[in-house]
Amino acid sequence: MIQYWELLKRELRLALRQGSDSMMVVGFFVLAVILFPFGIGPEPGVLARVAPGLVWVNALLAAMLSLDRLYQGDYEDGSLELLILTPAPLEVLVAAKVTAHWLTTGLPLMAAAPLLAIFLNLSAYDLGVLLLTLAVGTPTLSLIGSVGAALVLGARRGGVLISLLVLPLFIPVLIFAVGAVDAAQHAFPWTGQLAILGAILLGAVPLGLYASAAALRQAAE
Amino acid sequence: MSQFAAETLTCVRGGRAVFARLSFALESGQALFLLGPNGSGKSSLLRLLAGLLRPCAGKLIWDGQPVQEDPEAHGARLHYVGHHDAVKPVLTVSETLHFWARLHGGDSENRVLQAMERFAITRLADVPGRLLSAGQKRRVNLARLIAAPAPLWLLDEPSVALDKASVKALEDAMAQHRAEGGMVIVSTHADIDLPDAAILRLDDFAAPSQEAA
Repeated sequence: MIQYWELLKRELRLALRQGSDSMMVVGFFVLAVILFPFGIGPEPGVLARVAPGLVWVNALLAAMLSLDRLYQGDYEDGSLELLILTPAPLEVLVAAKVTAHWLTTGLPLMAAAPLLAIFLNLSAYDLGVLLLTLAVGTPTLSLIGSVGAALVLGARRGGVLISLLVLPLFIPVLIFAVGAVDAAQHAFPWTGQLAILGAILLGAVPLGLYASAAALRQAAE
Repeated sequence: MSQFAAETLTCVRGGRAVFARLSFALESGQALFLLGPNGSGKSSLLRLLAGLLRPCAGKLIWDGQPVQEDPEAHGARLHYVGHHDAVKPVLTVSETLHFWARLHGGDSENRVLQAMERFAITRLADVPGRLLSAGQKRRVNLARLIAAPAPLWLLDEPSVALDKASVKALEDAMAQHRAEGGMVIVSTHADIDLPDAAILRLDDFAAPSQEAA
């Protein structure tokens, strides 16, 4: 367990010192969503109708942006080999990397969501539901994304390849997250969709950790 | 008293056999030199011994137990120094060493200080990795060996980019490690002084080429 905390501390320290990555992701997220009121016109009813989909699709794309650096740096400077040789299950170390990724991308995306809710004319209640779906859904994005990032290590143009591998896998998360907010907007019950998002997250934890660790071992060969 | 042995290892990379039926045995306090021309499989052998690569045939044995049964325990008893130095541009020397020492399960302030002193990087303790020269990065990487104890050292061309004084420091570190019952396996093209080290010539185990077969 000590290895988990040490690696998490190191990742957060790296993110803090390099700084720009996390800010860039949030900047992209906010800018991309703000483009839509300009593109489709400022009519409040229309914006509120498409808001959940807009926020979620852009959250997916923003999360993609940061994925290709998840393991690339460690792969290039030899840290990955030493991490694999660490006397702890590699899955635990992957968990630390994924946690750090979520803390530096998923969490800032959630923090930016209230601002976007104002632009898109979302009610406070709908924003609450949107934040809940983000809280349950974005960790899944980090977990699935980690598998993609580990698989493309050593490939040329890995960034593009990750999108092709991972975006289709994000679709279920998108469907149920947007479904929940949609239901809330129309005063229908939405806890069912949220429960399914939670179930997807629980399934993604073991799958994401084991698959990432296997892909990393393969990459280091 | 520990024993580390390889039995009839065969390594295949990219469909080509690099070496075949390679065996050796090493006991506490002993050292092994890997010699051979470029491409003869020195690095592959070291990665294989570390557990980063899987042997195509043959096995590794530590104290009578096959290594593959418990890769984590094997990770705990070895230090691997490869071609890359695993130094992050934004982390300081002392942060880097503490991190790797803790990850390896041992962390005493004393040992880290001792490691920095041994490789003369004490005054670089607060310097971030991006300002280090190639030789200084290599010394940080080698200081990991001392910062957390492990009986088996696997060193792949450790003297690259090192100046004479640092090579001497490395030789002293290896001598002390062996005196304390450790094992060292080194591949090198340069002159490194390792008294009474056994020599393994990789070309002796070269797989028969396709034409000859």
